[in-house]
Amino acid sequence: MTDSNVLDTLEKRELETEQEKTVPGKHYVPYTDIFENEEALVVVMEIPGVDRSDTNINVENNILSVEGKISHATYDALSPVYTEYNIGHYSRSFTLSNEIDQEGITARIEDGVLTLELPKTKDAPPRRIEIA
Amino acid sequence: MVTRFSDPFEALLNIQHALDRSRFSDWPGRSTSSHGSYPLVNVFQLGEDLVVTAEIPGVRKEDLDISIQRNQLRISGKKSIDYGENISIHRQERSAGTFDRTFNLPLEIESDGVKAELQDGVLSLFLPRAEKDKARSIRIN
Repeated sequence: MTDSNVLDTLEKRELETEQEKTVPGKHYVPYTDIFENEEALVVVMEIPGVDRSDTNINVENNILSVEGKISHATYDALSPVYTEYNIGHYSRSFTLSNEIDQEGITARIEDGVLTLELPKTKDAPPRRIEIA
Repeated sequence: MVTRFSDPFEALLNIQHALDRSRFSDWPGRSTSSHGSYPLVNVFQLGEDLVVTAEIPGVRKEDLDISIQRNQLRISGKKSIDYGENISIHRQERSAGTFDRTFNLPLEIESDGVKAELQDGVLSLFLPRAEKDKARSIRIN
């Protein structure tokens, strides 16, 4: 096997906020990768159980916030016998340090993974400052 | 489920009971053929049948392998992450790798009737109880 890394289970992190949410219920912090390539800043979040229509992505005042609502309806008919993980909504926000072209943001969800591409603005190229 | 710790002694007693139960119950069973802890599972009852769910975001359908034999369920597969070249990473919290988990179910499963569904990164397995494992009512003549 080429990939010898064996996956470990991670405890879900519950969201801690200063303000309370209007909707009661658990909110978790989605595991997130952020990287940058030449054109864009890419944010990848794991939000299993969230339908694309229940995802809310917002950029305001350089703050990117993502919220994902899960539906409890599927669990209504089921009675739990043995549980190892809990379910809840997802919520996380980041302050963006780069200049982002807000019009060009694209998002897609695949297998419970949300990928956001935030293209960098063209008119703010990196400026190299020469020391005199 | 609502948990309230109104009486600390009652809470302590509940923990004690839960500990006792875990020591004397043989389910879900520690004797796994391959020791993996990923993915975490929830087991639900639906009538006489079982439903097992697991959160496996980022695992593709073709990279997942599920097998069932009598009352043993095995979930294995791999999760890969590929972001391409020439990137600078700001934050890395997701992990990739292989997984293999086997556990015993409390009843025998009709393997022909098993249905699996992978939606939005959540795996749902519908496991019907084997006909011969079901309780039968006996008519008195």
